[in-house]
Amino acid sequence: MTFPLKRKSVLPLVGGATLLATSLSLVACGGGDQAGGKFDGEVKVGILHSRSGTMAISENTVAEAELMAIDEINAKGGITVDGKKLKIVPVEEDGASDWPTFAEKAKKLIDQDQVAVVFGGWTSASRKAMLPVFEAKDHFLFYPIQYEGQECSKNIFYSGAAPNQQAEPAVDWLLKNKGKDFFLVGSDYVYPRTANTIMKEQLKASGGKVVGEDYLPLGNTEVAPIIAKIKQALPKGGVIVNTLNGDSNVAFFKQMKAAGITPANGYSIMSFSIAEEEIAAIGPEYLEGTFAAWNFFQSLDTPASKEFTKNFKAKYGDKRVTNDPAEAAYMMVYLWAAAAEKANSVDDNKVREALIGVSFDAPEGKVTVMPNHHVEKRVLIGEVQKDGMFKILEDKGFVKPVAWNQFVPETKGYTCDWTQKRPDAGKFKM
Amino acid sequence: MADLVSSRHLRRSLPWLLIVIAALVLPVLLPPFRLNLLGRFLSLGIVALGIDLIWGFTGLLSLGQGIFFALGGYALGMHLQLSALAPGELPEFFGLYGVKALPAFWQPFTSPLFTLLCIWVLPALVAGVLGYLVFRNRIKGVYFSILTQAALLVFFNFFNGQQKLINGTNGLKTDTARLFGELVGSDSMQRNLFWLTVLLVVGAYLLSRWLTRGRFGDALIAIRDDEPRLRFTGYNTTVYKTLVFAVAGAMAGVSGALYTVQSGIVSPQYMAVPFSIEMVIWVAVGGRGTLIGAVLGAVLINYAKSLVSEALPETWLFIQGGLFLLVVTALPDGLVGWWRRGGPGRLASMLGWPPRTATYPQLDLDPAVQAERSELEGGMK
Amino acid sequence: MDLLYDTLFNGLAIGSVLVLAALGLAVVFGLMGVINMAHGELMMLGAYTTFVVQNLFKEGPLEALFPVYILIAIPVAFVVSGLAGLLLEKTVIRRLYGRPLETLLATWGVSLILQQFVRSVSSAFAIGLVVAVVLGLFLPRFTPADLWQRRWSPLLGVGTWVVSALVGIVLASALGGVRALDQPWFSARNIDVTAPQWLRGAVDLGALNMPTARLFIIALTALALGGVLWFLQKSVWGMRIRAVTQNRSMSDCLGIPTETVDALTFLVGSGLAGVAGVAVTLLGSVGPNLGGNYIVDCFMVVVLGGVGKLVGTVVAALGIGVLSYIVGSGSLLLVWPAMPPAINELVTFFATTSMAKVLVFALIVVFLQFRPAGLFPQKGRLVEA
Repeated sequence: MTFPLKRKSVLPLVGGATLLATSLSLVACGGGDQAGGKFDGEVKVGILHSRSGTMAISENTVAEAELMAIDEINAKGGITVDGKKLKIVPVEEDGASDWPTFAEKAKKLIDQDQVAVVFGGWTSASRKAMLPVFEAKDHFLFYPIQYEGQECSKNIFYSGAAPNQQAEPAVDWLLKNKGKDFFLVGSDYVYPRTANTIMKEQLKASGGKVVGEDYLPLGNTEVAPIIAKIKQALPKGGVIVNTLNGDSNVAFFKQMKAAGITPANGYSIMSFSIAEEEIAAIGPEYLEGTFAAWNFFQSLDTPASKEFTKNFKAKYGDKRVTNDPAEAAYMMVYLWAAAAEKANSVDDNKVREALIGVSFDAPEGKVTVMPNHHVEKRVLIGEVQKDGMFKILEDKGFVKPVAWNQFVPETKGYTCDWTQKRPDAGKFKM
Repeated sequence: MADLVSSRHLRRSLPWLLIVIAALVLPVLLPPFRLNLLGRFLSLGIVALGIDLIWGFTGLLSLGQGIFFALGGYALGMHLQLSALAPGELPEFFGLYGVKALPAFWQPFTSPLFTLLCIWVLPALVAGVLGYLVFRNRIKGVYFSILTQAALLVFFNFFNGQQKLINGTNGLKTDTARLFGELVGSDSMQRNLFWLTVLLVVGAYLLSRWLTRGRFGDALIAIRDDEPRLRFTGYNTTVYKTLVFAVAGAMAGVSGALYTVQSGIVSPQYMAVPFSIEMVIWVAVGGRGTLIGAVLGAVLINYAKSLVSEALPETWLFIQGGLFLLVVTALPDGLVGWWRRGGPGRLASMLGWPPRTATYPQLDLDPAVQAERSELEGGMK
Repeated sequence: MDLLYDTLFNGLAIGSVLVLAALGLAVVFGLMGVINMAHGELMMLGAYTTFVVQNLFKEGPLEALFPVYILIAIPVAFVVSGLAGLLLEKTVIRRLYGRPLETLLATWGVSLILQQFVRSVSSAFAIGLVVAVVLGLFLPRFTPADLWQRRWSPLLGVGTWVVSALVGIVLASALGGVRALDQPWFSARNIDVTAPQWLRGAVDLGALNMPTARLFIIALTALALGGVLWFLQKSVWGMRIRAVTQNRSMSDCLGIPTETVDALTFLVGSGLAGVAGVAVTLLGSVGPNLGGNYIVDCFMVVVLGGVGKLVGTVVAALGIGVLSYIVGSGSLLLVWPAMPPAINELVTFFATTSMAKVLVFALIVVFLQFRPAGLFPQKGRLVEA
């Protein structure tokens, strides 16, 4: 052995390898195209999603949709405020799938970068972590994901579905078409827990029955106990409502199929967190025949929807698919831009007031921001097909969002209206 | 002799001078966001000091310091949730899960005094009990590490799953609560918290130094280097280990509380497995068994992380992983250890500037000899 | 009675995954005293290998063999993970023998790097990496030998690596401009591994329903276990491994090449992780975080079972499997419906998968209070070290 390196200290080897790997990935994420055109100025907006960690899988798509909307707006000449054409400049931050990091980065975007608005978040926990920051600094956030409701902040706009735009119509549909016995499965965190609380109340009110529920720790892949419970509770088939998030879904569907809990055997499975992208990752053969409720499907047959999907594929690759969160993220950028033009300012307070009532022809149809900071959205129920796309079974049309749930006794009779000048505009008795 | 003494005084007081200057000047110089970051990283320095005590000095690698860190944070978080409320009201999140009455264990946290005690006594107690059980059975080495990790997971899953008791995954927010009539998230309050953090870091450092200097410190090092021998000489090592583990737990609690109010949230994420391992690497990079290295490592690495993740989020894991490897294989004493053991001199000599070699008469420049001498001189006067 | 069979089968099913996942770790930890935090990531490599093999058989000339691709994936994954483990041993772990805590930290670092590697790797990245490594290894050969005799030679070592890293980066960034080369191979997304048709069904035995994937894993576990036992007990190298375990310095004196034994052990242990990786693709998701989901469970199995005893590993894994199934599915409520309300409340409290995990882990921690060395402690006087 005369290899000279053998006798050298380890430092060069390890150090060099690290440096190398680091810089290589530096390359992998570098680049970015410059939009041409003449602008009179710039306006910075924050984009805050997990680009690393567990949630990066889902949040990358959402961030990409936001960047695409920004590029499109810039390509058309940016936003016109006060007679000036402003270019939208995104400032991207990484939430790293860690809720406290979201709070930290939100602070940074507001204080350091002085952005006009922040688009960000995916999990409810990340939104809840950012909420106090935006409230303390009286700034505002656009949040693109369907969520559990029971919140109506002056400082957040929710462009995803409230429960009455996803979970509730889905349960109605299931009750009408599929059966009365429900088993609820979810990941162990706030969205599934709260959504299931709402569904339990709803079922109680409308004659359904909850025969069991279970929660899986995030990332857990051992679902044998849950399957056993489902079999005990629903030996002859029934309705399963699935609010699992992320990795657990794969384990859930693979093992359900093996255990014979399938649509063919009389089980109707409705998922609230599975969109086109997740289907591709799980494999359509495990999901075929199950249901989902969303506000947008890639298969939605409208010109705006087709255009959106076409542009997205052109920008990010032919194999990519669009889905509801991406659409909600895409349209909220447009809503903000429209509101800024309406307010004739990018000042966060003025835009926030101008946003209420703003409309946009989104891929799903014409969406409008309501006084409770949620968006009026189209409700669709679809069935997974062999090719991984949804067949739309029912189109319930546009539904107005309800922030405080009317099935849950604690919030029944409460509403939220930020056009009213009252201190408790976020939650008051109707 | 006089100039030697005075230069030594200068050398000794210089770090303190720097700290005072930093504490006074930085809040003016840095924008609030950066100051807040620095405050948070400094507060992490306290938990790192605790790890240095148990790992650097006693040789116990705990991968579960997140438990104590989060407990301290939760104690303060619960108090802040309650302090903002009118009597009879409940924290908002309870409404979501249909909880009508405040759970019993929340009650005492209305008292600020109890909370202040709880922040460090509770983690110390938990650490003490856990430590006693483990050390009594002479579980050590890798087993100890894995057991603490298991305990961490137990706590993590429990806090994560209990929405109705402590708001589960969401954790407790603190920014919108009020402390002494002022919003916790406000800039002026955060500045006060920064000063408090500086004060407590210095306090924790002095405590650790006091602990490691005397007999107690010698016993800890002896446990690290050869525990059976120490036991055979009649020492009850379990007591020492439990005690130092409890102290480290208390430090983690204080650190967690400070970190919580400066981050605006406490959540089960603080008990995630990777975070607790990261804590260890702060100490390793700074230099274990050096105390000051622990604080330095915590601040440096977290600052680096914050900067890197702003620019290139994808690379952080490579850098972090590389750091683990680099420190363990090439820099086992960390930065401070490398410095103290003549690292810069060796580097200089590689580059062709051989250092002046110390010869025998220079023995009197040895700090230990000097200290002894000054003690003797002091005694004679 | 059905319930009993059901519990036994499901417990066995959960347990066998744990056995398979922990087997490699137990071999390495038991025989070498090294904790390998990157074990989970070696499993992940096995799972990604399965994905690659699957794609080879999905279409093209080999399509007819698709139903058995998984059988081919097993040896391939063994080799891939084994080689990765060997590399890890040769470059890092070798330098850390006798420092278990440092090994733990270093392997954790490796696990982070591996995780990010599968997320970031693209053709451009890989080419840059290979070029840089080759350059780093061979640059010293092409520099004058007397340069390596100088005082500053170690710095030259750093320098060559920095230079080769820079070359790699420049190359990768140049190639990154080409879209085809810039596409990540796997990306951060989960990838889709589809089991062949025969592994998606189930065997029905009256009330008991046994998914074939579970049966396959149980069989694979038994096979792997048998293989390891045979290797350790009957083969020459197995004997050497056992000798080194019992007394390293004596074995060394007797002419056993301990370095080779160490490397071989690590190779086998890592290869087993790869096989476990193939198995878990049948059950769950395949993504960069796969390893993290299993690693702590594996540690628990090894620690609970007692070090250096494979029988301990098996019993511990099956025990954990049965226990977490019983607690998590709330079966106790069915067996004993008339239990007092207080106990009933307690059982229901823990009868979700997430709380079951809390309880099982807490029980393990408590158990180790009474049996600190695990279920099957090593007999004889232990050298304290």
